[in-house]
Amino acid sequence: MNSKLIFEIAKSLLLARWKQSMVAAVGVTFSIAMFITLLGFMTGLNDMLDGLILNRTPHVRLFNEVKPNPEQPTALVKGLGYVFIQSIKPTGNGQNVDNVSAILQALRKDNRVLGVSPKVTAQVFYNVGNIDITGVINGVDVEAEQKLFHFSDYVTKGNPTDLKNVPNSIILGKAAAEKMMASIGDVIQVTTSRGDRQPLKVVGLFQSGLQDLDKVQSFASLATTQKLLGKPASYITDINIKSVDILSAPAMANEYRKLFATDAEDIQTANSQFETGSSVRSVISYAVGITLLIVAGFGIYNILNMMIYEKMDSIAILKATGFSGSDVKNIFITIALTIGFFGGLFGLIFGLLLSNIVDNIPFNTAGLPTIKTFPVNYSLKFYVIGMVFSLITTYLAGMFPARKASKIDPVIIIRGK
Amino acid sequence: MSEIILEAKAINKSFHDPVTIPILKDITFSVNKGEFVSVIGKSGCGKSTLLYILSTMDTDYEGELYIDRQLMNHLKEGELARIRNEKIGFVFQFHYLLNEFNVLRNVMLPGIKLGKYAAKEVEHRAMEKLKILGIDDQALKLPNQLSGGQKQRVAIARALINDPHIIMGDEPTGNLDKKNSETVFDIFQQLTKEFNQTLLIVTHDNEFASRTQRIIEMQDGRILKQ
Ligand SMILES: Nc1ncnc2c1ncn2[C@@H]1O[C@H](COP(=O)(O)OP(=O)(O)OP(=O)(O)O)[C@@H](O)[C@H]1O
Ligand SMILES: [Mg+2]
Repeated sequence: MNSKLIFEIAKSLLLARWKQSMVAAVGVTFSIAMFITLLGFMTGLNDMLDGLILNRTPHVRLFNEVKPNPEQPTALVKGLGYVFIQSIKPTGNGQNVDNVSAILQALRKDNRVLGVSPKVTAQVFYNVGNIDITGVINGVDVEAEQKLFHFSDYVTKGNPTDLKNVPNSIILGKAAAEKMMASIGDVIQVTTSRGDRQPLKVVGLFQSGLQDLDKVQSFASLATTQKLLGKPASYITDINIKSVDILSAPAMANEYRKLFATDAEDIQTANSQFETGSSVRSVISYAVGITLLIVAGFGIYNILNMMIYEKMDSIAILKATGFSGSDVKNIFITIALTIGFFGGLFGLIFGLLLSNIVDNIPFNTAGLPTIKTFPVNYSLKFYVIGMVFSLITTYLAGMFPARKASKIDPVIIIRGK
Repeated sequence: MSEIILEAKAINKSFHDPVTIPILKDITFSVNKGEFVSVIGKSGCGKSTLLYILSTMDTDYEGELYIDRQLMNHLKEGELARIRNEKIGFVFQFHYLLNEFNVLRNVMLPGIKLGKYAAKEVEHRAMEKLKILGIDDQALKLPNQLSGGQKQRVAIARALINDPHIIMGDEPTGNLDKKNSETVFDIFQQLTKEFNQTLLIVTHDNEFASRTQRIIEMQDGRILKQ
C-alpha cells in the first residue's frame, strides 16, 4: 500500500518535471551505451588478441627438455675419495617424450582434458637455390589440431586435410613461401639437421598473424615429419593438451610433470603477459564507463535538488499529514532509480545497436586473416553490469538529495509562508 | 466528565538564535472532545509556535504533551508522523495542495497513507467529505483551477479524511475574504455540531473567535485567559 503510494507520488513529481528528468535519463543512457559499446569492443579485441596466441597455445604442453642429468656421476659415488671420470657421452633419445602411447591413453581418459594433440618438431632448412633458410616443420595430427587449435582458421590457401591425404606434403608459412616463391602445387626441398634432403609438396599456405612466425613455421603430418627425421612412429617431441577449464592448467601441469616424468608447461606460465594486456584493457573500459556514469550521476543529483527545492511545500504538507522522513526519502530515491532504470534500459538498447554498428565496420589487416570487421563481444555479463551500475550510481546520486528532503522541517516551510 | 483529546502540561519553548529568547512560558491547558476552541493574541505572541508543538511537528520544547491520552515526548519521528496521519487534521493559512494531483486525490492521499481502508473506500469517503464542504462537483479538477475559498475547503476535506481526533488550524481564514471566511466558519460550526469534531483554531479575527465555544487568549508566550 505504502510503496504503491510512494511510487504514485514519485511518478507525479517526475512527470511534472519530465523534460529535466528526461535530460538526466539521457545522461545515463549515453554513459551506459558507451560503457556497453566500449566494453564489448575492448573485450572483442581482447578475445581476438587472445585468440591470436592463446587459442593456438596448448593449455599444457608436455615435452622433454634437453638438460643435464640431475644425478651427475660424481654425486653417485660420494664418499669414495677422488673420482676420475672419463668419456661420458649423452645417451637417450634427446627430445623424445618417452612412453607416448601410454601417456596419450592416460590423458584421453582424464576428464579434465578436452583433447590432446601430439606433435613432432623438426629443425630444417628450406632450400632456395643455393641458399638455405632456417625453418621449423611442425608435424601435427591435422584432425586434432583442427579441433583443438583452430588450425584451419590460419590456413589461408589450400585445404589442411590435404596434409594427411597427400604423402610428403607441407603447408608453408606465408612469409616463408613468398621468400621461396612457392605456391600451391610446387615442390620444395628441405634439408634436415642430419643433412638428409627431402622434396615436399606444398598443399597450403599458413598465416598466423605473427610475421616472424610465418617466416619460419610450416606444417606437415606426423608421419611425414617422423620420416623426415628418420624416427619411428613413436617419436613425439610435444604433447599438446587442451583442458576443459583453462584455469586448472597449472595444477594439471604440476600433476603430469610428476606422473609422466616429463617436462610440463602451462599456458599461464608461458604467456603471462597476455593476461596483463587483457586486464588493462578491461580496466580502461570500466574506468571510462564509470567516469561517464559519475557525470550522469551529477545530472541526476541536480534534477533532484531542483525538484526538492521546487517542491518544498509539497514535502512540508506530506510530512504534516503523516508521511515520515523515510517515506519522503523513498519518494526521491524512487525518482532517482526510475531515471536510472529507464536511462539504463535505453542505454543497453543503444549500446547493443552501437556495438552492432562497430561490429559491422570493416577491419581488414593482412596479419589477421579470419577477422573481417571490428571484433565485438556481446556477453550478457556487460549488460547486467551496465544495468547494475546505472542503478547503483543513480541510487547514490539520489541518496544525498533524498536525505536532504527527508530532513526538511515542515515547521520552517509553513512558518515561511 | 468529557473525554480529553489534547493536553499540554507546562510547555516551555525558547529560540536560541542568536540569543536565547523564551517564546512560550508554562503553557498548560486541555481540550475536550467536541470542543471548538479558538486561540487569539497579538502578532508574535507565540500562537503558531504553540500550534506547531501541539501538532507534534516541533519536538524541541520542554513540558508534556498528551494526544488522546498518549504522551508524545520521546516518540520517534516515524511514530509522530503516524499520529499526525491518524489523529490530527491540519488547515493552514495556505492550502498546500499538491498541484500534480486532482482535488479528489489530494483529499485521498493521507487516507491512503493511513492504509486503514482500501483505495476504493478511501475514494468514497473523500467524496463524502467533499460533499460536506459543498465542493464535490470540483473533485476531478486540479487545485490551480479552483478559487482561493474552494482550495481552502479542499484543504479542510483533506484534514477530515482520516476522521482525526482534532483539527488544528493556523489562521485558516487568514487569506480569505469576508464571505469565504464566513463559509469556512460555518463549516467548522457544522463539524462540531453534527460530527462532534474537536477543533483548535488560531485566528486573528476576533469576531470569528467570539463565535467559538471557548477562547484561549495569549500574551507574550503565556495564556492570559482560557
Ligand atoms: N525560528 C525562529 N527563530 C527565532 N525566533 C523565532 C523563530 N520563529 C519565530 N520566532 C519568534 O517567536 C515569536 C512567536 O512567533 P509566532 O509565529 O508563534 O507568533 P504568532 O503568535 O503566530 O504571530 P502571528 O499572529 O503574526 O502569526 C515571534 O516573536 C517570532 O519572532
Ligand atoms: Mg502565526
